[in-house]
Amino acid sequence: MAIAVEMPKMSDTMEEGVLAAWLVEEGTSISAGDVVAQVETDKATMDLEVYDDGVLLKRVIGEGDSVPIGGLIAILGQEGEDVSAILAKYQGGGDGASAESAPAASEPAPAVSEPAPAPAAEAPAAAPSTGGRVKASPLARKMASEQGIDLAAIAGSGPEGRIIKRDVEAAMGGTAQPAAQPVAPAETPRPAVEPSAPVGAPDGAYESVRISQMRKTIARRLAESKFTNPHFYLTADIDMSEAVTFRAKLNEKAEARDLGKVSFNDLVTKACALALRQHPWVNASWMEAEGEIRLHKDVHVAIAVAVDEGLITPVIRHADRKGLTELSSETRDLATRARNRELQPEDWSGSTFSTSNLGMFGIDEFTAIINPPNACILAIGSIRDVPVVKDGVVVPGKQMKVTLSCDHRVVDGATGAEFLKTVRGYLEDPVTMLL
Amino acid sequence: MTEEMERDERVFLMGEEVAEYNGAYKVSEGMLEKFGPKRVIDTPISENGFCGLGVGAAMNGLRPIIEFMTFNFSFVAIDQIINNAAKIRYMSGGQFSVPIVFRGANGAAGQLAATHNTSTESIYSTIPGLKVIAPSNPDDAKGLLKSAIRDDNPVIFLESEVMFGMKGEVSDAEDYIIPIGKARIAKEGTDVTIVAHSKSYHIAMRVAERLEENGYSAEVIDPRTIRPLDIDTIVESIKKTNRCVIIDESNPYASISSEITFQIQDRAFDFLDAPIKRITAKDVPAPYAKNLIEYYMPQEEDAYQACLSVMYAK
Repeated sequence: MAIAVEMPKMSDTMEEGVLAAWLVEEGTSISAGDVVAQVETDKATMDLEVYDDGVLLKRVIGEGDSVPIGGLIAILGQEGEDVSAILAKYQGGGDGASAESAPAASEPAPAVSEPAPAPAAEAPAAAPSTGGRVKASPLARKMASEQGIDLAAIAGSGPEGRIIKRDVEAAMGGTAQPAAQPVAPAETPRPAVEPSAPVGAPDGAYESVRISQMRKTIARRLAESKFTNPHFYLTADIDMSEAVTFRAKLNEKAEARDLGKVSFNDLVTKACALALRQHPWVNASWMEAEGEIRLHKDVHVAIAVAVDEGLITPVIRHADRKGLTELSSETRDLATRARNRELQPEDWSGSTFSTSNLGMFGIDEFTAIINPPNACILAIGSIRDVPVVKDGVVVPGKQMKVTLSCDHRVVDGATGAEFLKTVRGYLEDPVTMLL
Repeated sequence: MTEEMERDERVFLMGEEVAEYNGAYKVSEGMLEKFGPKRVIDTPISENGFCGLGVGAAMNGLRPIIEFMTFNFSFVAIDQIINNAAKIRYMSGGQFSVPIVFRGANGAAGQLAATHNTSTESIYSTIPGLKVIAPSNPDDAKGLLKSAIRDDNPVIFLESEVMFGMKGEVSDAEDYIIPIGKARIAKEGTDVTIVAHSKSYHIAMRVAERLEENGYSAEVIDPRTIRPLDIDTIVESIKKTNRCVIIDESNPYASISSEITFQIQDRAFDFLDAPIKRITAKDVPAPYAKNLIEYYMPQEEDAYQACLSVMYAK
């Protein structure tokens, strides 16, 4: 009996995966637990294991192809087994669309009301490389044919993998080759797309970048956050002169003991973590579906790390309970693994608060978008040498602006302000973090 | 009706309770007093009889308005309507025309049970030779009824007991005529087209409002005339939105919604990004129990979900 290998859900936010590389040839014998391919998700590139013994009968999708969760990737079975039944099951049949809830209308209705669109849509189906039927709405077909885009190269986001208008629009938006691999032999129409696809200005040269899973996820989550969370912002200009001295001393000791150095960001992480313990309403989440505001008892701080393609936020668990050296080394380790795309789902989920630091780029201050389901995010700017007034006299000072973005559904102005006051207290007098 | 009867002395009204009782739903209140018993005529409970009478009168140069207490009772006279009124002009080579209006309450109206809750627009629309009109509001009702009375063809004019009490702005233009066969774009939008007539129009407007609150812009089209259908207006809308939901109060099989769906896919196939969905009455005889008859009707929630589904939205 042939077995279908489907795209698994490898992370909370994952909706589709891209087959980055095949590691096994068709016809090879494999055992349960073997890794047969690498799949690129919205966060990292991960191994695809199989759970059965058998021969890899068919590699259904090619390198660079994107498949939604549950979509068919490969077929295993006995050598010489017929795979057409499985292929048909995943890609054939026009009844799927009609069968899904036709509200109110009873059984005869779908058969009567949707006769023409379904069969007509299947009639002109091109012969795609995968050997199955490509499902696309009439409009999508028209658009694709006008733009010279091969439907087989587009992943459908409609029901049963139907290619719809927005999928073709997305394909028109960026049709560059997938990052590492050369185009698989069956996909030959693809190079032809670039000249004809986008309609640019007559003398506008540009480069099309395929929207990666990470970019898609960043776009989706942050747009959702920005448009649903009522953000408001509190800025504090913190006197870092004590912190500068403190850190220098600390690192002297650290070096002497062969321990890694502590950064200013680590100090801010620690200050926030301690402050979060005292301000449970900032260490909280708005949980609409459950009908509650959840005040988390544990403090897990996510730190924004810039990676090649975008942004990822690995989490330091129980940041309030860790010493500065431990915080520092864990942050460094997570950042390195993030850049190498080695993070696992548990590394980036479960935060209760987030921070983002652009100080190293010379940014004085900025406003960050809340990372759901957190209630707040702290945007950290650079430490500036500026004149300050102390005891009525103007002296050189070291100031650092931090901006707290708050979800007004959970955090009010006063709550956020008090949290910042506590954080400021710790940073302006770092020794108090030991209390 | 009064305006038309004043304008043209050949127009007269006939039906059960229209005269002495001032109308089963008070539609013809005061008309007997104004026009007298030769022009406002009470009939016995004999639809087949008085419809035949109407057809004969029309063939002989008068312009009758035949009232059905509800269109459920029109079935008793369906031979007069379908075989006579609709076909005599064709069969006589144009020698006789039948400028008759059959009007009355149509569709479900609460716990009236199966024999009193049929919505007949689909049944009559299938007959060549008839015009079928189903207004959704007082203003359209006025303009279209006048047009129907002036039309030389047999017209089925579908009102609704449930909407008789509805209040709305009505044009007070001197001679307010709305052309038959022209739809009305009640609300402009860009994301989904909702086609709905008569009572269902009001469901469509509520659904559109809900969609609006969630950031979707629905275009609502009230066809007003079911036959001949203003398919051009509907198709132009589909070209803009690429998706359609039809709300139709009649039973689904071989209904108006089926016809509209066929015509849309026939003319705007390449503009469809999703299958056309329809919300209709359930495919059963109308129940009597309160909860069941409520469920039998097209459901607003189903229409809302259908809109989301054709937009591939959550």
